[in-house]
Amino acid sequence: MFLRLLSDIQWRAAHPKWRRMTSSQRSTSTTAEPHPVSLPAQAQVVICGGGIMGTSVAYHLSKMGWKDIVLLEQGRLAAGTTRFCAGIVSTARPVSVELKMAHYSNKLYQQLEQETGVQTGYMKTGSISLAQTQDRLISLKRIASSLNVMGIPCEIISPKKVLQLHPLINIHDLVGAMYVPEDALVSSANVSLALATAASRNGVQIHERTTVSHITVQKGRVTGVETDRGRIQCEYFVNCAGQWAYELGHSGEEPVHIPLHACEHFYLLTHPLKEPLSSSLPTVVDPDGRIYIRNWQGGILSGGFEKNPKPLFTEGRNQLEIQNLQEDWDHFGPLLSALLRRMPGLEALQIMQLVNCPESFTPDMRCIMGESPTARGYFVLAGMNSAGISYGGGAGKYLAEWMVNGYPSANVWPLDLKRFGTLQSSRTFLRHRVMEVMPLMYDLKVPRWDFQTGRQLRTSPLYDRLDAQGARWMEKHGFERVKYFVPPGKDLLDLDHSKTFYKPDWFDIVGSEVKCCKEAVCVIDMSSFTKFEISSTGDQALESLQYLFSNDLDVPVGHVVHTGMLNEKGGYENDCSIARLSKRSFFMISPTDQQVHCWSWLKNHLPDDSNLVMEDVTWKYTALNLIGPRAVDVLSELSYAPMTAEHFPSLFCKEMSVGYANGIRVMSITHTGEPGFVLYIPIEYALHVYNEVMNMGQKYGIRNAGYYALRSLRIEKFFAFWGQDLDAFTTPMECGREFQVKLEKGMQFLGQEALLEQKQNGVYKRFTMFILEDHDTDMDLWPWWGEPIFRNGRYVGKTTSSAYSYTLERHVCLGFVHHFDEKTGEELVVTTDFINQGEYEIDIAGQRFQAKAKLYPFSSLFTQRRRKDEVELSGYQRE
Amino acid sequence: MMSRTISSWILSSARNSIVSQGKGRWHSICFPNRNKIKWKLVFSKTCPLPAGSCSLDGTFSLHRAFRHTSTEEHFSFQLSPAQINDILRAGELSHRTLDLNGKNANSVLRFESNQLASNSPMEDRRSAATCLQTAGMMFGVFDGHAGAACAQAVSERLLHYIAVSLMSRQSLEEIELAVEAMKPVQPILQWHRHPNDVEYQEITSQYFENLRVYWQHLLDLDTEPGLSLEEAMICAFKRLDSDISLEVQAPQENELMRNIALQVAFSGATACVAHIDGVHLHVANTGDCRAVLGVREEDGTWSTLPLTRDHNAYDEFEIRRLKREHPRSEEKTLFVNDRLLGILMPSRAFGDVQLKWSKELQHSILENSCDVEALNIYQYVPPNYHTPPYLTAEPEVTYHKLRSKDKFLVIASDGLWEMLSNEKVVKLVAGHLTELSMQKTPLTFKKPINLGYMHNLLLQRKSKGLASLDQNTATHLIRHAIGSNEYGEVDPEKLAAMLTLPEDLARMYRDDITVTVVYFNSETIEEHYRNHE
Repeated sequence: MFLRLLSDIQWRAAHPKWRRMTSSQRSTSTTAEPHPVSLPAQAQVVICGGGIMGTSVAYHLSKMGWKDIVLLEQGRLAAGTTRFCAGIVSTARPVSVELKMAHYSNKLYQQLEQETGVQTGYMKTGSISLAQTQDRLISLKRIASSLNVMGIPCEIISPKKVLQLHPLINIHDLVGAMYVPEDALVSSANVSLALATAASRNGVQIHERTTVSHITVQKGRVTGVETDRGRIQCEYFVNCAGQWAYELGHSGEEPVHIPLHACEHFYLLTHPLKEPLSSSLPTVVDPDGRIYIRNWQGGILSGGFEKNPKPLFTEGRNQLEIQNLQEDWDHFGPLLSALLRRMPGLEALQIMQLVNCPESFTPDMRCIMGESPTARGYFVLAGMNSAGISYGGGAGKYLAEWMVNGYPSANVWPLDLKRFGTLQSSRTFLRHRVMEVMPLMYDLKVPRWDFQTGRQLRTSPLYDRLDAQGARWMEKHGFERVKYFVPPGKDLLDLDHSKTFYKPDWFDIVGSEVKCCKEAVCVIDMSSFTKFEISSTGDQALESLQYLFSNDLDVPVGHVVHTGMLNEKGGYENDCSIARLSKRSFFMISPTDQQVHCWSWLKNHLPDDSNLVMEDVTWKYTALNLIGPRAVDVLSELSYAPMTAEHFPSLFCKEMSVGYANGIRVMSITHTGEPGFVLYIPIEYALHVYNEVMNMGQKYGIRNAGYYALRSLRIEKFFAFWGQDLDAFTTPMECGREFQVKLEKGMQFLGQEALLEQKQNGVYKRFTMFILEDHDTDMDLWPWWGEPIFRNGRYVGKTTSSAYSYTLERHVCLGFVHHFDEKTGEELVVTTDFINQGEYEIDIAGQRFQAKAKLYPFSSLFTQRRRKDEVELSGYQRE
Repeated sequence: MMSRTISSWILSSARNSIVSQGKGRWHSICFPNRNKIKWKLVFSKTCPLPAGSCSLDGTFSLHRAFRHTSTEEHFSFQLSPAQINDILRAGELSHRTLDLNGKNANSVLRFESNQLASNSPMEDRRSAATCLQTAGMMFGVFDGHAGAACAQAVSERLLHYIAVSLMSRQSLEEIELAVEAMKPVQPILQWHRHPNDVEYQEITSQYFENLRVYWQHLLDLDTEPGLSLEEAMICAFKRLDSDISLEVQAPQENELMRNIALQVAFSGATACVAHIDGVHLHVANTGDCRAVLGVREEDGTWSTLPLTRDHNAYDEFEIRRLKREHPRSEEKTLFVNDRLLGILMPSRAFGDVQLKWSKELQHSILENSCDVEALNIYQYVPPNYHTPPYLTAEPEVTYHKLRSKDKFLVIASDGLWEMLSNEKVVKLVAGHLTELSMQKTPLTFKKPINLGYMHNLLLQRKSKGLASLDQNTATHLIRHAIGSNEYGEVDPEKLAAMLTLPEDLARMYRDDITVTVVYFNSETIEEHYRNHE
């Protein structure tokens, strides 16, 4: 009823009628609909979708002071997936930003009823996540560690304690559990209505039964929204259309690719027990049984993520609101078995209904947020992977901040729409991938797991060749990259199937690849890296790039510069290497997943000048990285050109011939700090050059190597990687890269002011390298990333990456150290002394290991010729 | 009750027949109306293979577990549905043609095959292969008699002979050059085999040599363009049969090889081979295996289109052909008791040199052989044996251009066709297709219902669903062939009874059954017509 009255009333909470409505919201009488109010001709923001996401964005935008907002809903408010949502607010999330969003949502919902007067059904019940295996318990312990340092109460409990918390649970097959006492239950539709109410009070106009047909974009900017009831001109459009977001994204002339796909999701509702369940009974998650169970009106609500999901709406859809889809009891059978195994006492409980509601899933199990790379002002918030209610509040807040301030208050790169490109937008890909993603919700995720579906999409021309030599693959941005090479004779199957939190079985394989990189020479196929060429007729290219990059690019032709692409706050939007090919053209190499983000950043920041040309040449080149002391010898024999440091200094770039192939772009850079070269080879020469290199390299002991070896090398050298260690909230000053910033390069650049200020006032976090001291590589749990760092027993930050160093024979973790005031928790400046004077521990799944902190790499450990890189590094060290 | 009666009827009739034959070996006498034995002159089946020949009984190990002898007083029909399924499914073989880029260009969508033994060991054989040097797929069913040796040899060799006959002069030259230079030869066929489809390992090299002689012969013919499909099939059949006949006449040092060659030549096999390339379907048939096409008419009804004629005494054309080929004086003696010369049911077959060679040749070959009795070969000259050969392996080739309404092709040995009519077989396959597509019947229950009850209900459905539905259509057909009662429904008890019959009795109630069902891809076929009009 309440919903009906919402439709197209210009919705004012102050309206006298409104108060009566709230009290009778569950009644079903059908009063005549009020006359629809016509749509405004223009607005600053149009939000499409009246579910939890749309209302949350409207709520937060209006709170932040934006008032000219229209929210359109094709059916009724909170009538889509939101209506069917199980209403569990759970903060136990592995990704840090997701955890923050869930935590914020929980706090928001808790006070929402008081703020709006709308009953949200908020009930703090707590949640118990059960572990049937030791590995599951480890993964829970890892989450518990990160919850605790966030200040969220959480404990690992014994099966006995589980029974005390929830008398119905069969604990005989449990090894432990995680208890999060502050997790809550809500009525998700009512939360959504409460948010709508508050937004409406703040001036947001809500129109139901209004369908958005498409978005108009002119010159790369959103200009308006076409609906079945007319057009609204607007500056911003927010696509919160849930599982219809993909189709809506494709409805305009300029498609916005929002890769998500719906799957059917089933849960069971029962009548109350004889002795109705208490509404404060904790929610139970049994990931090994693939189910969750919450109390619901004296009975239970139980659903799960089955092994064989049923994707739907692959071809699109017709109906307005989500119909209650068919019950499929046969499909639910295994989950019902799991439920009765977990709570055998429920056998006599009467079934009320099996609810089938579609949920949307994304290719990497993380939600989609942010601005379209192709249409400015086009924002997206969708693809919640069935955690919409947990993320709703926080996600809405971040997106509102993004729109109002230009960027959210936390690093949301893991959720950024720009992490995807058109390549993840194929319906077949999505259908196959979500069938893997949905069961993965409850699958055990061990370090370095990979998706198995939707693979072999982008490959290097050497793929088959490498595969035949035992390559094991992982995928990044659709590109297949080698993890390591299994030597002939090893049991291949065995290697693929042993996934562990402990020492993995590729340990020795990667060790020998690392050794070869250090003593002889290795080849790593690095073709996946994003490659752009920027050139101009005049000096435009240089001038624009000098403004966008912090290092000085006005170097002699043939030089390569490592530089950050910074935002106004001095944070890394991208970390790249740029070669000056000629006076007026530059070749830029960025991380693989930067392809969309970097392109749109440059497009948005480069002047609109037809004489300035930017081209994505990623697909044109195969990149081979020759790493190791003998790389010089291999290359000089192949090219009949001297490659020694005198002739070919470090950070140098030259086109030359290798074997028969001419025009190979050779750069004396590596991404690990080892001596070596990267060859950018036009793809038709790739096989030839590879063969030549391998043949010639034989006498120098050449072999193939993969990214795991690369990772170990770069981490022991304290090299930070963008996307893992560096993000938009990290400045060069905070990660020891001041030498890559030329504050005095004679012209303004983006982020300069922020960096100047940091130079003067100091930094609030510092990138630090930790060497684990009392960690037994064979016996102890391995670090991964996201482990809390403790200084003198107090939490100071988290690790961002880690690897075993075969040189140090120790684990190395990289991470950021903050300085929180002991009393107020306020962030203080981090000084070198602060870092050096602490006793450090790293918490791996609840177990703390002593660690030695270092701000500079061990240069003495690694014998090699002094290269320009190092001169720069050591120059910085002297400061 | 009904089923009980049937089982006991089988039993009692079986006992009577034993009793009526006295204490002697019952199988030396034939029962004209119920005997499924095609070759009447079978004296002993107890030692079907000579020592040294490879064992072929992998397929039948399951069967053997339930084997009894007729002297036992008690017959056990206590087979659980799961055990029945294990027996029925042991010979299952299915293959789906490669789906390239989601667009299946092959007109064969998939095939499903299965076989069930009644003889021990089984005398039926089957083959399926994709031609690698030319286009198309081939499916063969071979029904052996007087032992399995001939069927085995034909199943291994015939498809190669056909493939070679179809190859261009150039690829034959290439292959010849490669063999000459001792280089690896490009494979000609990609086999789709069941793990139990074994080969005579010892003899493959000799088979290969003879195949090579054949393609050298083809090269010498110097005909360009090569043979038409029909000619190629006929030529291949005849050539293989003549090779079988010549191999046993050629001097052979190795005793094992010689024994195998003898067994092959003195046993026999009928053959039915389909070659499918796009919309072109050729069926070559020798003997009484049958190939039937299932056609879905526009109104949704199913009709049958037989593509072969059974070559036996019931076929007018065969009678006329034989009469034409032999003097008038023999008209009356050609077929006796509906058998060729009173001996053989099919009127065309591979092997069976007793009906092809002159008496003198048979004598000389067998005299020089060591222990023919151990090889299960008996020198026997049928009465009225005046103008050999009486038997030929020359096939009759039918061409059919596939239409989009042609949905599947069933090739089966006569073991199936004796039990089920063409129409019934097509109906069963069609029904099975829709059943599979419907998946499961909807679950019906009355509310209120509790979780425990629902759980049991679902578990029951699950176990029942698995048991009742054969994924493999060939199994479905075999189940109906041996288990159908007079209402055309599968009677579990009759099924169990048929499967637990002692192996010497089993032959009287059912022959070896081999079924291969080939499904066509209507889209590819339609596509073909669209592109060629």
